This record gives sequence, structure tokens and C-alpha cells, in this order.
Amino acid sequence: MFRLKEVKYKDILNIDDLTIKQGKITCIVGESGAGKSTLLKLLNKMISPDEGEIVYKDKKLKDYDAVALRKSVIYLSQKPYIYKKTIKDNLMKAASFHRLNVTDETMEKMLKQVKLTQSLGHDASKLSGGEAQRLALARVMLLKGEVYIMDEPSSALDDETEDLVISMVVDFVKKNQLSLVMITHSKAVAKKYGDILIEIAKGEVKGVESLE
Amino acid sequence: MNNDTIIQLSVWQVLFGYVFVVFILWILNRRGIKREKTLILATLRMTVQLVVMGLLLTAIFDNPSPFVTFGVVLLMVGFSVLTVFRKFKDDLTPSLKKVIMLSLPTGGLIALFYFVFIVVQIEPYYNPQYLIPMTGMIIGNSMTGLTLGIHTLLNKFTDQKDEVIESLVLGATPKEASHDIINQAFDSAIMPTLNNMLGMGIIFLPGMMTGQILSGVVPTTAIMYQIGVMLGILGGVSLSTYIFLIFGYKTFFNQDSQLIDG
Repeated sequence: MFRLKEVKYKDILNIDDLTIKQGKITCIVGESGAGKSTLLKLLNKMISPDEGEIVYKDKKLKDYDAVALRKSVIYLSQKPYIYKKTIKDNLMKAASFHRLNVTDETMEKMLKQVKLTQSLGHDASKLSGGEAQRLALARVMLLKGEVYIMDEPSSALDDETEDLVISMVVDFVKKNQLSLVMITHSKAVAKKYGDILIEIAKGEVKGVESLE
Repeated sequence: MNNDTIIQLSVWQVLFGYVFVVFILWILNRRGIKREKTLILATLRMTVQLVVMGLLLTAIFDNPSPFVTFGVVLLMVGFSVLTVFRKFKDDLTPSLKKVIMLSLPTGGLIALFYFVFIVVQIEPYYNPQYLIPMTGMIIGNSMTGLTLGIHTLLNKFTDQKDEVIESLVLGATPKEASHDIINQAFDSAIMPTLNNMLGMGIIFLPGMMTGQILSGVVPTTAIMYQIGVMLGILGGVSLSTYIFLIFGYKTFFNQDSQLIDG
């Protein structure tokens, strides 16, 4: 699905050759500062490589319209920004960028899935770190992406919620036959849910392991 | 103008006005506020600039010519653009400067020409007695409004950077991601003019109207001009800011719809 060839980004990332397969759950592990987040940002064109080439679905990434690409390759950052409005406004805003009409019912169902008990009218700026992260998760899961790239979607959650949320994300991806590329700090999480494990160190790919 | 009803001021009479400057100098000196130099410079510059302008306008009014009148109009517009550049110094990117060079003259001149040619219907079309003061008012106010709009746009793109990036991440176009910032910038640009209109006639009598009344124009006529010129100013501020914003926000993004780090 993604093929990276001789990709360089500043002094942060230097990838010779990497393939990310479609329909799989790919987990990325590595020390902080290894270049994991940079890799994800390259995949949905939030940044562009200084050198090299990234191909997505047989077409060069640079030939994609960035906005259209981001509607297909959906990125969830480690610390997503929550709009200082209600929970509903947050969900509606994301949906409006994708020209999607979502009902209150759909939104409520999504909140339930991410274990958020607050109502749609709740002020999103008053959510705790973990709750905000789950809202951000609900926000991207409302969208009809093909690939989800997530930067530690459970970093602000306790172990129990983390397991719950990750299994929910994985279910969502599998049920809809999507692809997931996820950074995780825990190899245990990667091994439990992942199909492929990519290890990154000092901006380079140190190993690709099949976990299937 | 009706010169019969005006009390002509002699040089000596005006000199009496400078008593205030002497008085302020005394206060500054007594209290040790180090502003004497600025006060003297400001007083001198005001006097010299106005005297020169007075002589210049007299010469232009006595020999009306379309070239001279429109030359002065263009000069004023050019200076207004330069004033904006000077105010923001290094904060403006070259592409944003280009947008300002387009928006201020276009918005300001459309409002000005609409006001003088369609509303007032001046004759001849280059009548400097109307065109030059109106240019000052409309372009001057457009420049002030636009400056506020630029200030807000620059600040908000820094303060709300995370919000803009998140919207881009979620698949927004740069236009959608900048929507709120553009609205806030437009609002900040037109607010002073709107406040001015709210207080007009109750809290203060506007300068132009006061000037006309002092020159012997009947208040009802002065009011008609004031209403017209206020609407012209509102048009100039809104148009130049709007043109600036719809093109200006684009300069914050690159062709891959990424926010350019500034």
C-alpha cells in the first residue's frame, strides 16, 4: 500500500526501503525521538520528504492532492487538538471537512464505543487528557478513511482503558476492512494486536517482523 | 465654501494656540517626563506638514488638472501601503506584502470612486477639492482597518496554530482550516468603524462635519456628506480587508496544504 524509497527528512528520518501492507495492522515501536511520528506525518502529507519517494496505491504521494489524501489516510496525532466547543461540535467539524452528514444517534453510538459517558452538548475543553484522547479517536472513526495512522492513540489512558480502546480500534479497522498503522510504546500491545511490527531507531528501520 | 461666514484666523491668533504646547512643556519638565523632544518635534512637524499641505492644496485647487489630482490620489495610496509595511516591518512575508499591495489600493479606490463618482457625482470628475480630502478619509481609514485585520491574522495564525494543523489533519482545506481566523480578522478590522458609527452624533461630532459647519455649511448638508463619507469609509475598510483576507490566508500554506512555519 505504502512504499518508501530512500526517504530522508531533515536529520530525523532516513529510510532506505519500507513497505506497509494494505489490510494489515502495522505497529511501529522505537525510542522517543526515533522518528516514528515523523514517519506517520509523511504518510498523510502533513510534511513532505526532503529526498526520496513515497508511493501510495501505485501513485506517487507527491502527485496526490494533499487534502484528498488526508481524507483517505486519516491521521490521529499523539496530542490531538480539541476545539474549544462542545463534543458535538468537535465531531461535526471533522465530519463537515469530509462532507459527511452524521446524526446525533451515530455520534452517540461512537461516544459509547470509546467509553465516553458525557453528552453531546458537553464542553469538550473540560474533558480530562484521557477523555480528550478518546473524543479525538471517536472524531476520526466517524470519518470514512481507508487507512488509519495513529500516533500512540492510548498514551493518555491507564492500562485497562488502553487495552479496551486499542481492541476497539482494531475491531473497527478489521470490521471495515481498513488498514491501521499505529505507533505504540508497548511491544506487548504490538504483539497482541499487530500483524506486522516495524522497529525504528535513530531515524532508520531496524527491523520488520511478521506477527501473524 | 462660504468665506463670508468664516472667522479668518491670522497667524497671531494661531500662535496663541501654541500656549498649550508651552504649558505641556512646563508639566513635562517639572515632572521629569522625558518627552520634551517628541513634543517639540511633533508640534514642528504638524505645523510644517500642514503649512506645506495648505500651500500645495491651494496651488492644486487654483489649477485643477486630472493628472495632478489623480497623481496626488495615487501618491496617497502608495504612502498608505508603505505605512502598513513600515508598521509590520519583518512580520510580513513577500507574498503577504503583494496581497497588501493589491488589496489596499483596490478596496480603497473602489470605495472612493463609488463615493465621489456615483454618490456625490463630482464635477469635473477630477475636482481636487472633493477628491483629495475624500481620498485622505477613505484610504486613511481603510489603512487603519486593514492594519488591524493584518495584525489579527498574523497573531491568530501563531496563537491558533495547533487548531489550524488539527483541521488540516482532519482533512480540511486551508480555506476551511482558516475560516475562524479570517472571520476574527475581518471582525477586528471593521469594529472600530462600527463603534465610530454607533457613537456618531451623540458622543462626538465627526471632524469632517465639524469642519463643514465651521465653514458655514448648513448642518443638514454637512450631515448628508458625513453619512455618505462614513458609508464610503465602511466600504473601503470592508473591501480592502476582505480582499486582503481571501488572498492573504493562502500565503500561510504551501502547495501541499501544509502550514508554512514562520
